[in-house]
Amino acid sequence: MIVRRPFFWIIGLAILVFAAAPLGKDVELRESLLLAAVYITLASNLNLMLGYAGYVNFGSIVFFGLGGYFCVYCMGSLGWGLGPSLLVGGVSVSLLSLLFGLGILRLRGVHFALATIGVNEAVMAFVTNFQPWGGSTGIYLSTGLFQPLGGPAQALWTIYYLLVAVMGLSLYLSYFVKSSKFGVGLLAIGQNEDAAAVLGVPAPRYKALAYSASALLPAIAGGLYFFKGAFIQPADAFDLTLSTEAIVITMLGGQGTIFGPALGAYLYEELRGWLLTSPTFSNFQLVVAGVLLLLIVQFAPGGLMGMFYRRWPRLKRFLE
Amino acid sequence: MIGLLASVLDGILVGSVYGLAAMGITLIWGVMDVVNLTHGAMIVAGMFGVYLLVGATGVSAYAALPAVLAAGLLAGVALYWIAIHRMIGQPPLMSLLATFSVNLVLIGLGTAVWGTVLFNVPASLPGFRLGRYTFPGTHLMAAALTAVIAGALYLFLYRTRLGKAVRAVAANREAAELVGIPTTRILALACGLGVALACVSGALISTLFPFTVLSGDSYQLKSFVVTVLGGLGNPTGALVAGVALGLFEGLATPFMPVSWTLVIEFVLFVVVLIAFPGGLLSVRLWRRARAR
Repeated sequence: MIVRRPFFWIIGLAILVFAAAPLGKDVELRESLLLAAVYITLASNLNLMLGYAGYVNFGSIVFFGLGGYFCVYCMGSLGWGLGPSLLVGGVSVSLLSLLFGLGILRLRGVHFALATIGVNEAVMAFVTNFQPWGGSTGIYLSTGLFQPLGGPAQALWTIYYLLVAVMGLSLYLSYFVKSSKFGVGLLAIGQNEDAAAVLGVPAPRYKALAYSASALLPAIAGGLYFFKGAFIQPADAFDLTLSTEAIVITMLGGQGTIFGPALGAYLYEELRGWLLTSPTFSNFQLVVAGVLLLLIVQFAPGGLMGMFYRRWPRLKRFLE
Repeated sequence: MIGLLASVLDGILVGSVYGLAAMGITLIWGVMDVVNLTHGAMIVAGMFGVYLLVGATGVSAYAALPAVLAAGLLAGVALYWIAIHRMIGQPPLMSLLATFSVNLVLIGLGTAVWGTVLFNVPASLPGFRLGRYTFPGTHLMAAALTAVIAGALYLFLYRTRLGKAVRAVAANREAAELVGIPTTRILALACGLGVALACVSGALISTLFPFTVLSGDSYQLKSFVVTVLGGLGNPTGALVAGVALGLFEGLATPFMPVSWTLVIEFVLFVVVLIAFPGGLLSVRLWRRARAR
């Protein structure tokens, strides 16, 4: 039973720590943990494609941005509540990416990666021209929308707890997928797609499903994130920096593991905070991320978890 | 009517430069099975190379081209040893991530130094008049230089010993090694050539349009579209497809806002990838069609 494995409870503990650490009043810590939760959500969902199936998705930020747009549009222009808007955002982005995934499921390896680079550019160009969503100026939400959640101050806490929940769901999703037949199929595709297909893994369908599943929770996180800012515009929603950071985080922690992306996200968020405050490095955040990624890819493709497993093989018993 | 014709002709002139850029991607892909994701950054590096040289020495933008070409060659060889060498023969994921990380470093440095404001390279040449329309001299010059560079590349690949070695490595690396070709050095050279093509096409583009540090992304996407249209690993196809893309842009410009062309180009890209994985202009497909 999956519930009896220690890692199931380790995830639960992580969620509790995130929820309880700011004690309902430490706003600075909350903002830092909120960003970490967003990173963990993006990285562990990216990991479904990158780590399990061995397919790099350079445009994973599309899910986040589109989810944000759907949610902000439903709330601002259609006057829906937060809950339905988030759900509609998540489900529509997931369905859209399933359609898209079925469209590009014949592509393999490099071709698929190239297509995902184009997706971000194309969606951004489309949204910039799409007038119902405000074109290049974006959509502003009135602060009155925070009232049903008990005013702006209380609403920020609600958003934080919801984001932590989304983060927890992402970790559990990774865990359940990895323990299921579906996950084993994805891992087989990552090892050798031809061999997997010969052994009966429906590779194109699994890839499309993984692509779609990795869209749902980032889209909801995007909805929450942009509702929090009460503003969305194409340059922020489809900021390639964030998808880049998700890739760096996943590789840093260890692709294909579940604990790795979470660890990587926490470390990266610490590093980023330090870089932003350091006078010499504040402009060189991307450079540092790039050098980090280059070193990992060249010398430690397994990331931190790979190094830990080699040093202490027993860790495999209770970490995944 | 003549307006549309002028627009199409101008599109073809600009498209040939896209073709030149795509030749850089397709050369590296064909020889070492690596997609060079630093391509966009290298295009931008070429743009800023011209900008800096013109600013520092006051020479014309065209006189700066040989220097940019040489610097690109060196940068490409360095890129090979820094990022690609250890990735040869590994899954495509790893080489994609390796070149992607170098791209991040370059773009990060660029934005830290220059920000994201627009830059311009002063270049003006007498235009060519056709009725009421004037073709800018810079567009004609860019297309002419593209033809010269593509011709030189062709002569190098098909008429020199070194070029033949590059093609041999592309055809079969083990066999090339067996007949005594130093394949690792040839791979580094091919990477240098591919990056040099990216830089020089960036230099040419800088004489046509204003640019920012982030311009590389859209030109990189255009290069992918062109490469896929022409067939991955097929330089001649890339040049023809570049002209075709320029022709399409020229045709589309009078009928729709420029900002939509990127969406359409991307849709074209996916459709071609799915329907013609070997490229529309793939020599292999032609041969197969002829064999039937």
